Amino acid sequence: MLRHAIQRSSIVLGLFAAITATLLATTHLGTAEKIAAAERHAAQKALLEIVPREYHDNDLLLDTIPVPRAFWATLGLRESDSPAGGFNLHVARQQGAPVAILVPAVAADGYSGPIRLIVGIYMDGTVAGVRVRSHTETPGLGDKIDLKKHPWILSFNGKSLSNPAADGWRVKKDQGAFDQFTGATITPRAVVAQVYATLAYFAQDGARLLAELTPSSASVAEQKSPSEKPADQTLTTDPVQKNISEGERNIDER
Amino acid sequence: MTNDNRYAEIAGNGLWHNNPALVQLLGLCPLLAVTGSVVNALGLGLATLLVLVGSNCAVSAIRHQVSDAIRIPVFVMIIATFTTCAEMLMKAYTYELYQILGIFIPLIVTNCAILGRAEAFASKNSLVPAAFDGLSMGLGFATVLVVLGAIREALGSGTLLADMDLLFGAQAVHWRIHLFGAGHGLLVAILPPGAFIITGLLIAAKNGLDLQRHKRRSAHPVTAITPGAKRVRTTGIIQ
Repeated sequence: MLRHAIQRSSIVLGLFAAITATLLATTHLGTAEKIAAAERHAAQKALLEIVPREYHDNDLLLDTIPVPRAFWATLGLRESDSPAGGFNLHVARQQGAPVAILVPAVAADGYSGPIRLIVGIYMDGTVAGVRVRSHTETPGLGDKIDLKKHPWILSFNGKSLSNPAADGWRVKKDQGAFDQFTGATITPRAVVAQVYATLAYFAQDGARLLAELTPSSASVAEQKSPSEKPADQTLTTDPVQKNISEGERNIDER
Repeated sequence: MTNDNRYAEIAGNGLWHNNPALVQLLGLCPLLAVTGSVVNALGLGLATLLVLVGSNCAVSAIRHQVSDAIRIPVFVMIIATFTTCAEMLMKAYTYELYQILGIFIPLIVTNCAILGRAEAFASKNSLVPAAFDGLSMGLGFATVLVVLGAIREALGSGTLLADMDLLFGAQAVHWRIHLFGAGHGLLVAILPPGAFIITGLLIAAKNGLDLQRHKRRSAHPVTAITPGAKRVRTTGIIQ
């Protein structure tokens, strides 16, 4: 009797496991492609905000080059967070020639945990743009580093190691050139320091990157005409406007 | 009891008298965690609604096939399946919102309101009432989420319906209502303590309304039998 009950229950339970597994597999098959596209799109959107499509013609997501392990510490990248195959930086190219690189960096000393950044640097060493990929700063105070909340992060655009000078790469409270927020100094301080460190990384590794990324003379000859490098003042594209046109394009893609 | 009455009762229970958030106080963890803005609240509310209706239907449909001994594992399996489906759908169609809500989407599995309805209602009723119960309870939960989200967003960020494009696509960008300048908000409203305080105030408001209605209802019979009477009442005490 008991044996019979257990048998019956096991069969029913197994049957349900099979049914639910089938249902999940079906949903997975139905959405997998869409999810991959959405993930890809989200990653691409962040990169495109820094180097808009007008300034490059390659696929930012696919055109990557590894960050040398020696510089991981400078960029605040930690071994434990490393994706399979190490950290990569993305390369923006116009007709084969490198225009900018997009470097992952982490400001470890945020107010409440690491602030993950992506720093875009033009090949001449000026900042193309900085965006926060993830953070856990206090809502209403430290979260103004997020472009959705505050345009502060745009104040890095066009800056370089010499503009402002080294002692200007601080928040105003520390006699630097960058604003802090009311009630939150630690967060912007951490971001400013990490952007500076990332520029310092580029100063050391930039020559090698340029040599490695620039196509050989043979392949350059195949290109129709050399492209113009974007001027710095074009960086100040209205981010809101850009986001909207970006959104429209997304609809078209769907 | 007529059918109409029955459905009215189910709806009343879900939306008001036995509201999962305000009366049963179930699912408070996601309720407090994600209601920083209307769009977050609505996202989680809709996902929970979907899972609740789905699981109630499924549980009701199989209620005669499953013995008591394996009831709970089967229910949990069903709920987990619907939650994972909802998660995959959100990831596919509202990826950015999914990223914001993060862990709270898979955690819908642990929302006691859902297992509670499966156990208390769906396993004892036929398909249509069970589905309707899921809908009412889900709507009740989602409504509280959205109201809480709206209050916290308005007080804390000075906006309403910001970022609705995460859920409704690009045309919703302009739905944003700007109440006052950013940075002048009541910061505590966005932070977790604000969630507790405002939820408490909502529960108090609901209880206050109930009490008032109860008073009015018990006062009503006395005034109803007054025709012909010279004096409405002789004592101040109304039973």
